[in-house]
Amino acid sequence: MSDKFEHDAVISGAARSAVGRRLGRSALDLTVDAAVTAIVDAGLSRGDIDGICTYPGGSADVTFGYAGPPPQEVQDALRLNLTWFQGSAELPGQLGAVVAAAMAVSTGLCRHVLVYRTVTESSAQGGGGRAAVLGSEQAHSYGVWSAPYGGTSPVNWLAPVAMRHMYEFGTTREQLGQLAVTFRRHAALDPEAAVFTAPLTLDAYLAARMISTPLCLLDCDVPVDGSTALIVSTAAHAPNTPHGAVRIEAVGTAARGRLSWDQYADLTSMAAQGASDHLWSRTDLRPTDVDVAQLYDGFSILALVWLEALGFCGHGEAGPFLEGGANIALDGRLPLNTNGGQLSGGRLHGYGWLHEAVVQLRHAAGARQVLDAEVALVANGGGPIAGALLLTRHR
Amino acid sequence: MIIPDPLLHRPAPADDPLHAFFWRSGADGVLRMLRCADCGYWLHPPSPRCPQCLSAAVTPQPLSGWATVHTFTINVQPWTPGQDPYVYAIVELPEQVGLRLSTNVVGAAPEDVFIAQALQVAFVHRHDAYYPVFIPLTSAEDGAAP
Repeated sequence: MSDKFEHDAVISGAARSAVGRRLGRSALDLTVDAAVTAIVDAGLSRGDIDGICTYPGGSADVTFGYAGPPPQEVQDALRLNLTWFQGSAELPGQLGAVVAAAMAVSTGLCRHVLVYRTVTESSAQGGGGRAAVLGSEQAHSYGVWSAPYGGTSPVNWLAPVAMRHMYEFGTTREQLGQLAVTFRRHAALDPEAAVFTAPLTLDAYLAARMISTPLCLLDCDVPVDGSTALIVSTAAHAPNTPHGAVRIEAVGTAARGRLSWDQYADLTSMAAQGASDHLWSRTDLRPTDVDVAQLYDGFSILALVWLEALGFCGHGEAGPFLEGGANIALDGRLPLNTNGGQLSGGRLHGYGWLHEAVVQLRHAAGARQVLDAEVALVANGGGPIAGALLLTRHR
Repeated sequence: MIIPDPLLHRPAPADDPLHAFFWRSGADGVLRMLRCADCGYWLHPPSPRCPQCLSAAVTPQPLSGWATVHTFTINVQPWTPGQDPYVYAIVELPEQVGLRLSTNVVGAAPEDVFIAQALQVAFVHRHDAYYPVFIPLTSAEDGAAP
């Protein structure tokens, strides 16, 4: 056993299903496509898979295309013999399922875990848009303190974060807009999967329809249908992977401070800060060692918060860091969301970046490849939810 | 003060014995939160014990009803057809640093709301609940709260 459990596991395979708007296919169908491809990608057969882990699990509340199939359906569809499975939403971000899989491998409970995340939110919303899946009569769970006030959509929970950041640090919409504009350029280099590939100017961003001030339509990610599958294997399998394994250098899973949308002391950092600090405490690598970053942009402001929390720039300095966009371009200081992020690539809910990080570290990203990428940072979540992974190319 | 509801759709809070006092408090026009009788700490959201000293002696106590805007957003997207823009805000209460509440700022044009603006509580009565909302006491010309 290694000193850090995450060193006992590698990501040996990665694949995605068709990704797109209103594919009209079932969540299980998309999941099985991704899973079968990922198993082959890892140099394995289905008889080797002895674990399943997913976020959030298909039985999670009323889901509107959010959850994907539960582990049991996937186990049955592929007739897998498992020693462990889990579907859970209460984790350090969506990538908490990868962390759980690595823990299962490290303990010896499993050798090869199929990890998947499937969304059919685009089909679920149909022609009715977001409003078709919002607006219940009673507020529940963490929504009990927001929904009664018209804090209807997550955009209403994140817009105040952006507003506060602008108030405290003078951040501008022009600076925030560089995220959408730059990611759009990256998305055009992933035409197989990305939803929006037409060039986007800063002027077009600034003119876009306002949703919840200061966030406009282009600050919000785009719902899609699609499944991503990863295989988390024992590190002993790394030499046998046909396309190369990815090491898990460090996890960031800490929950610190008051993890709620309105009570966290510094609303301009929130849970991302605890996860980031924890991650850097588990590695000798530093932010300057990161070659490519895949930071959650369910809303643009979250990527900005992660930039600061992870120490890619100082707290309050993300605005100037983003100014002009050069720092986050493919040839910039920190190539960011090289698959177009969720803003243009589509809302695979955290897992698009895990796939992209593997592809980048395998040097298989084609036109969007970051030169000699050796270290990748993936961060998921926003507000009170956060998890991060530092991944490295296996040697 | 009971004021008309600017929201076309306002979900009812789920029943929770711990929360019931909060949604009923406005019946006499007073905002209340739980307060620890042993160390004086204010709690929100409601919790069964004081998170500072773990005392179970926490009871609803009246607040001044004053607040300032900590941050906010003007929701423009009509999630409910026909809904006018409204202010969804996180306000801070003067009784304790960091004592916050998500709410609406009402009784002013949304574009006249600003961070640090002084507010006073009012209530919307709907679904048998008294939703605390806040009315501005100052305008941008007056500057921030004293």
